[in-house]
Amino acid sequence: MIVVLTNKVFLWIVGVILLLAFFNSVLASSHSDGLERVAEDLGFIDYAKDSFSIFSDYQLPIGDGLVATGLAGLLGVGLTYMTLTLLAKGIINKKVVKQDEN
Amino acid sequence: MHIPDGFLDLKTCIGTYLGTAGALKFSLDKLKNNFAEEKIPLLGLLGAFIFAAQMINLPIAAGTSGHLLGGVLAMLVVGPWAATIVITAILVIQAIFFMDGGITVLGANIFNMAVVQVFAGYGLYIALQRITKSAKVSVFLAAFLATVISAAVAALELAISGTIALDLVLPTMIGWHLLVGLIEGTITVLIVSYLERVIPNRLELLNYRVGDCGAH
Repeated sequence: MIVVLTNKVFLWIVGVILLLAFFNSVLASSHSDGLERVAEDLGFIDYAKDSFSIFSDYQLPIGDGLVATGLAGLLGVGLTYMTLTLLAKGIINKKVVKQDEN
Repeated sequence: MHIPDGFLDLKTCIGTYLGTAGALKFSLDKLKNNFAEEKIPLLGLLGAFIFAAQMINLPIAAGTSGHLLGGVLAMLVVGPWAATIVITAILVIQAIFFMDGGITVLGANIFNMAVVQVFAGYGLYIALQRITKSAKVSVFLAAFLATVISAAVAALELAISGTIALDLVLPTMIGWHLLVGLIEGTITVLIVSYLERVIPNRLELLNYRVGDCGAH
């Protein structure tokens, strides 16, 4: 397997991802996003219903404040990395890729 | 930009789920046969980065904020088919684990952000490459316009659902997302420029461009 990223670049990128994920509550503005703002201005925000979800809005039931949101962020990036890697390993057709490269 | 449950009616939820399922089937088939195995870690890392970046809401104006959608960024790094799968994975995890975007409207959210934003960005980028000389301008405008188009599609879904009249919601959604699009364009240009410097031969569509520009 060819190394995709050099070690130094890889560590930089992973570091930035982990910092963004852990400090999301500190870095993020709590103002409504574009769609919420439109729904508030035009008066249909009350249509919104809470749906089923394993955790609440980016907050794990562990610790408080920064720790709860920080761990939620780390869990999110970890789940995303694993889901995509496993999915891709499961479906990508190695033979076809090799033939294409000829 | 994540639509919560309750904003769309049943027919729009079902319609967008069906449209999304078709697009995903198509993207998965393309990914299966056209994606190089050695780039799998890049796929995971890109997804992790966009997930983290989406949590960072940047203030835009008058108590409003916007965050990166990331579809055009993903499209430039791994190509449109893989980008659709990357953004879909993020949206599914956000909805199931973190209550960001509803479950009944998940089809619509995937349609708007993983299909419309990615493929509008793809078409725009290819077209802009022929019009402008600057790669940065192409990347910025593709990300900016694809975000506005994605917001316009969300406005259409709200109007079709009978939630709000189209003549009210379309200009308002487009108005705010012109500002969100500026964030999208700026972040996409910055990250793509960085990646072009550190991993130039790993970028799907930028390769295509480098090949093109090499001719003159």
